[in-house]
Amino acid sequence: MDQKLVEEEINFQKSDKFNLTMIPGKFARAMRTCVIWQFIRFIVINIKMIIVVGKSH
Amino acid sequence: MARLVVLGGGVAGHTTATFAAKWLGSQHEVVVVTPNSKWNWIPSNIWVGVGEMTKEDVTFDLAPVYAKAGITYHQAKAVSINPEGKDDSDKPFVTIEYTSADKAGQTETIEYDYLVNATGPKLNFDATPGLGDGNGQMGEHTVSVCTADHAVHASHKFKEAIEKMKKGERQKFLIGTGHGMCTCQGAAFEYIFNIEHELNKAGVRDMADMKWISNESFLGDFGMGGLHMKVGGYVVSSKLFAESLFAERGVDWLIGAHTSKVEEGKVHYELLDGSTGEEEFDFAMLIPPFAGVGLKAYNKAGEDITDTVFAPNGFMKVDADYTPKPYEEWKASDWPRTYQNPTYKNMFAAGIAFAPPHIISKPMKSPNGTPINPTPPRTGMPSGIIGKAVAHSVCDLITKGENAHLHEASMAEMGAACVASAGKGIFDGQAAAMTVYPVVPDFDKYPGTGRDTDYTFGEIGLAGHWIKHILHYLFIYKAKLNPGWTLIPE
Ligand SMILES: Cc1cc2nc3c(=O)[nH]c(=O)nc-3n(C[C@H](O)[C@H](O)[C@H](O)COP(=O)(O)OP(=O)(O)OC[C@H]3O[C@@H](n4cnc5c(N)ncnc54)[C@H](O)[C@@H]3O)c2cc1C
Repeated sequence: MDQKLVEEEINFQKSDKFNLTMIPGKFARAMRTCVIWQFIRFIVINIKMIIVVGKSH
Repeated sequence: MARLVVLGGGVAGHTTATFAAKWLGSQHEVVVVTPNSKWNWIPSNIWVGVGEMTKEDVTFDLAPVYAKAGITYHQAKAVSINPEGKDDSDKPFVTIEYTSADKAGQTETIEYDYLVNATGPKLNFDATPGLGDGNGQMGEHTVSVCTADHAVHASHKFKEAIEKMKKGERQKFLIGTGHGMCTCQGAAFEYIFNIEHELNKAGVRDMADMKWISNESFLGDFGMGGLHMKVGGYVVSSKLFAESLFAERGVDWLIGAHTSKVEEGKVHYELLDGSTGEEEFDFAMLIPPFAGVGLKAYNKAGEDITDTVFAPNGFMKVDADYTPKPYEEWKASDWPRTYQNPTYKNMFAAGIAFAPPHIISKPMKSPNGTPINPTPPRTGMPSGIIGKAVAHSVCDLITKGENAHLHEASMAEMGAACVASAGKGIFDGQAAAMTVYPVVPDFDKYPGTGRDTDYTFGEIGLAGHWIKHILHYLFIYKAKLNPGWTLIPE
């Protein structure tokens, strides 16, 4: 039988707890370590944090 | 000339002392009493605990920094406070016991005009049988990352576990909290995902079973009752994101658990439903519960007034509303604003050392009456901000007189930025970068989630790791009082 194995989805089967949550797919995972995208996020997160730090002082 | 004595040279105390010394100049004296010769950037202990940093990377000598700042430094621990003085003098004083090699065990008294208690937590390992050694230190069955030395020990044990896996021996990792009343889940969270990351790098992840054990009633509570964030058009609980990360990394979890006993290779626990169980392990890092460091207080007649100055958990009473009330009646205004002791107005507490009015998460008990809920976190940013506000207040009291306005820094009105590492690496590292605003939810102001979801967010990725790594250098730079240190926010 042909198997359609999607690596990111394997953990759903490992436990009921895992099965009832969300697990990121290939694209979401790749973006987490994509240097260009993460550089943009780095700037965005820093701006957000500076705003929160500013509101807290 | 007035004298400010700061007890504790950690995040809060170091902030208070260094700002006070800068603002007061040489006309007044700032004294720091702290038992360690080194300052430790505690958040990076996580990386020491997996062998990615050394103790030297996360610590530096305090003496030269205090000499540069004009601060009088005693390497000692405070033992007691006499806020009314004694016998023939009304001058308040603290009694200290030296810990430096040359004077170890010697005691001395130091008079003060103002006192800031920033002694942080006592790591109360002995609250759980087997977690401690019975003498107040960590026991032999588990490891810890709470101090740099603990983290070095943890990294050695971790290396041994990796070697065993390389030889084909499966290892079970159990990470989390060692008691039903722990805080600091964030540190354990960072450690378990750093371990997972390192096991992948070492090529032995498939030889490891990993489990989280925690007193949180849901994953992602973090002692703050969780948080809600806007994602993809939804407002979502941190529970969903935490569970997602655990499932993605194949880490099982056991929550609502009070670790009741630790033995060699095994913990005993009680769950919120009252059931009990056991969990075996080969490697366990369990955060101990925190308590006050056990300072005593005496009045002029020498009578013990510790109960007046400190809450039963050993933390110092400040301007919080300590009236016991049910969860439904908790208010943001219960939380302290100035951190001034209500009985002795020249005494303040900053950072973990102040007694919170109550916990933040929903209080929970098992049917057997065992409280199983996280106690409130007072992380680095709030500790630093409180330390600075207290320094401001004391400086104003000294320079403008005792009616000076006190500076305020309520945790119900301040946010916190927190970056939780999930693995170190310039190109493959990840961390959850989070902000919460405010730290203590205010359901009157923000009905629904208790927080402003425009300023409460979280996301995981490499950018978070870069921020965490930069913060490591930035905060050590700041703590060393290098040029421009005052420009770096707490
Ligand atoms: C492993 C770990 C990771 C963490 N990661 C993060 C993070 O990523 N982000 C974050 O915001 N927070 C983090 N935290 C929390 C953060 O470290 C604390 O919020 C912060 O250190 C609290 O500051 P403090 O000054 O109150 O206590 P501490 O920094 O602990 O300082 C207390 C000081 O008092 C001294 N002292 C103790 N007893 C006495 C005595 N009797 N007399 C005089 N001095 C005494 C101690 O030696 C110490 O120097 C982490 C904590 C741990 C354990």
